[in-house]
Amino acid sequence: MEQDIIDGLKLKKDQVLEQWLKDQAEASDYSNNFNTNEELEGQSAELVDILLSTLNEDTLNNFSSGDLEPLTDYISSLTISRARQGFSPRETATYIFTLKDALIKVLGEIVAGEPTKLYSVTLKISKFIDNIGILSFETFITGREDVISQQSDEMAELSTPVIRVWNGILAMPIIGTLDSARTQIVMENLLQGIVDTGSSIAILDISGVPAVDSLVAQHLIKTVNATRLMGAECIISGIRPEIAQTVVHLGIDLSQMITKATLESALKYAFNTLQLEVRRIDKNKAN
Amino acid sequence: MPMTIKENMAIQQERDLVYCRNRVKEIAAKIGMGIVNQTKLITATSEIARNMLRYAGGGNVKVEVITRGKLEGLQLVFEDSGPGIPDINKAMQDGFTTGNTLGLGLPGAKRLVNEFAIQSVVGKGTTVKILKWKNG
Repeated sequence: MEQDIIDGLKLKKDQVLEQWLKDQAEASDYSNNFNTNEELEGQSAELVDILLSTLNEDTLNNFSSGDLEPLTDYISSLTISRARQGFSPRETATYIFTLKDALIKVLGEIVAGEPTKLYSVTLKISKFIDNIGILSFETFITGREDVISQQSDEMAELSTPVIRVWNGILAMPIIGTLDSARTQIVMENLLQGIVDTGSSIAILDISGVPAVDSLVAQHLIKTVNATRLMGAECIISGIRPEIAQTVVHLGIDLSQMITKATLESALKYAFNTLQLEVRRIDKNKAN
Repeated sequence: MPMTIKENMAIQQERDLVYCRNRVKEIAAKIGMGIVNQTKLITATSEIARNMLRYAGGGNVKVEVITRGKLEGLQLVFEDSGPGIPDINKAMQDGFTTGNTLGLGLPGAKRLVNEFAIQSVVGKGTTVKILKWKNG
């Protein structure tokens, strides 16, 4: 029964397209100058083509059917290309939902005089197009999520600088959460920094790390051990009072490491180790 | 005046841990918890939530502000439907690990909070409930 109607729709493909283009032009939200008219018409014609060729009694009722793959692929790539061209999700959704109006108008002509039949088919077509709309949203959001994770990777890379504070002394301030991926970057940068500058002391400042749990502690221990293997000494600085208490309660043993409360005291320790002395210049004597 | 805060957070990826920790810290700060207790609580949260993510593939965290007499505090319930823990006594021992870690997560978390309860059914999942008083 539905198949007849779908076949009817397929025959009236040109009318659907025509109606859709008309509806698009009417939708006030939807008057964009990104696309030229021909481009838009071509795109719309292609979509109607794919939609009607994949639509049958089975796929109408089952949106996850494998037969719909050409359509879902097309919608995904359409959404992505539109997002790149600067269309808002609302515009793309309006674009898709005006197709529903066009389809239903043409349906009305095909099934004229049979209200119950028209009602049930309209519901199904409506649900089908809604699914296409949802798919488009999902694609849009996935695209955004990709951008976010890409940015967080870049941030992790950027936010772990190795600073040469003195000849032979490196410092690395860590700000934010120290997870496994981040530790890897920290360790790589630090060890490379030790080789590049020939430093013998590295200071890892964790003032900007919000919490030290057992995993972060394990990462710190590994980093210190790796630094030692390179023949350098690693000082952990920036241990705040609350962090110290938490670490003790957790039962983590950091006694094998050199730890300091502030970067300043770590630097002092480093100067001591390198037998350097910082002195105030006596101006009277200098003159 | 006691506040009624009830929240549910899903832990499905490493990123969610950061959000969960920050949110718990925010709520703890809102009820006036001191910085040391805040840090202890978020560290315990971090341990348990990470266990959930690592061994059960994720789960849910329910945060609730509760009052008992004059005491006010935060209660967190971690629920997952992972493989469960066969021997809880062993899991609560310092240094016991099946995942090549320090093995301090669960016992450490227990020491960081005021109340700690764990229930686990093999094949069904694990529930950990912790409570930290504002001034405890």
